[in-house]
Amino acid sequence: MLKLENISFEVENEKEILKDVNLTIEKGKFIAITGPNGGGKSTLARIISGVLKPTKGKITFYGEDITDLSITDRAQRGISFGFQQPVRFKGITVHDLINIAKGEDLSVMDASHFLSEVGLCAKDYIHRELNDGLSGGEIKRIEIATIIARNTKLSILDEPEAGIDLWSFNHLIEVFMKMHQSKENSIVIISHQERILDVADEIIAMVDGAIVKRGAKESVLPELLHCEDPKNCLYCQDILEA
Amino acid sequence: MNDIAKKLLKEVSGLDEMPKGAYNIRENSKTVSRQSSENIEIVSKEDKSGIDIIVKPNTKSENVFIPALVSCSGVHDLVYNDFFIGENADITIIAGCGVSTGDSCDGSEHNGIHRFFLGKNSKVRYVEKHIGEGTGTGKRVIDPVTEVIQEEGSYMEMETTQIKGVDSTRRFTTAKLKDGAKLVIKEKLMTHGEQFAESKFEVDMDGEDSSVNLISRSVARDYSRQTFISKINGNTRCMGHSECDAIIMDHGVVSAIPEITANSLDATLIHEAAIGKIAGDQMIKLMTLGLTEGEAEAKIIDGFLN
Repeated sequence: MLKLENISFEVENEKEILKDVNLTIEKGKFIAITGPNGGGKSTLARIISGVLKPTKGKITFYGEDITDLSITDRAQRGISFGFQQPVRFKGITVHDLINIAKGEDLSVMDASHFLSEVGLCAKDYIHRELNDGLSGGEIKRIEIATIIARNTKLSILDEPEAGIDLWSFNHLIEVFMKMHQSKENSIVIISHQERILDVADEIIAMVDGAIVKRGAKESVLPELLHCEDPKNCLYCQDILEA
Repeated sequence: MNDIAKKLLKEVSGLDEMPKGAYNIRENSKTVSRQSSENIEIVSKEDKSGIDIIVKPNTKSENVFIPALVSCSGVHDLVYNDFFIGENADITIIAGCGVSTGDSCDGSEHNGIHRFFLGKNSKVRYVEKHIGEGTGTGKRVIDPVTEVIQEEGSYMEMETTQIKGVDSTRRFTTAKLKDGAKLVIKEKLMTHGEQFAESKFEVDMDGEDSSVNLISRSVARDYSRQTFISKINGNTRCMGHSECDAIIMDHGVVSAIPEITANSLDATLIHEAAIGKIAGDQMIKLMTLGLTEGEAEAKIIDGFLN
């Protein structure tokens, strides 16, 4: 479905952020990408969604070369991207944003359904502006609601758990599992949360701009979370440094 | 009323036909239609052009329509409208001005001098829309002056909108608030081409526990220029807040000039101003939802001025 070939991303006078990344994601898969901060995870997500252009390499989506396609073109072909830090808008309401995501004018009741899915009481939020009056956790859940509303072939979420309280987080796992029921659509979630890694079909570990490990949770997770040699483990390095 | 005037009437006041209740429709410096209601009397001024709108005490849930239309070029309209709102009344005033100069190179202007006298515990919602139309080079000018005097416990909410077609506008609003009076002003403004707009507010909070909340949202496109001046004086225990949010595009220029003066230790005054272009991440977000760059920009502007 999605194929990245030799993707590199370099910023002038800085280090190479992505180094020759090769990655294939099949349809219907739930993939978790994890790894230390600065490892290139968010950059990879931004390159797939078109927010950043790779300096080298090729991206194909359902056989089409989308490397040079714009953000809009990729979105229209079925790629969704949930921001790590959702954007706020003065004057645009939650209802407006869900309508934009869905691509049609939904009734309050139909739009509210997507808020209920992410555990927000629809009547309290549907007419709210997406401004600073919303907490980090609230706007994050609204961001996820727009991804659910879009229901595209590929959904990429960048640290969806950030800012969400523990109680809501359990519900969020259920949301992702429900999205994963589709055999056609794939989900890619960038996360540090063990619970998310635990429910993914496959885990990809990224360190220093490269994929260092990919596999089923049974093979990758024990290595990541019960590291026997943290001093020589790339994943554990940043935790030790912190 | 000709078709141009009918179109302007619809755009500034939403009216397709004469409304029920009280109204006064002014076209090219003359009243063309008027009706008073049992509780709201509209009478012509004797010493100058304009009307007095007298609202009886305790009038509830009534609307008054007072649109002013300039449907041809070469008109220089000046009108004095005074509103006397009785105690405990609760009404909505739908005002507005449309100026059309057609394809003429002669300009037209409408200058409305409005004074509001709000009785004790009365409540007024004032909705005003300004538009200009025409393909010629004639300038369309609207310079409104508004003076508000609020007695104890009264509430006034002003919503003013000017989205297109007015080449030059200078708005000057003053208000004096007594004990417990509250004033809310919401201004929406978009300028294009080489248009110029100035909005100046001067509010005196003289009464204890009075408050003012002044919110301006504007978009300056092309080579247009805007100036926002808010002067708030807190003369006793009171609460004042003004907020100017502006989006600049192309070569648009916006100045925000606040002046808040606390003449009392118990006055709380806040001014916020933010001027900038559309944030890049806002555009990116909407594009990741499938909108084109142009659609995303329009959606952000529409929402901002909504």
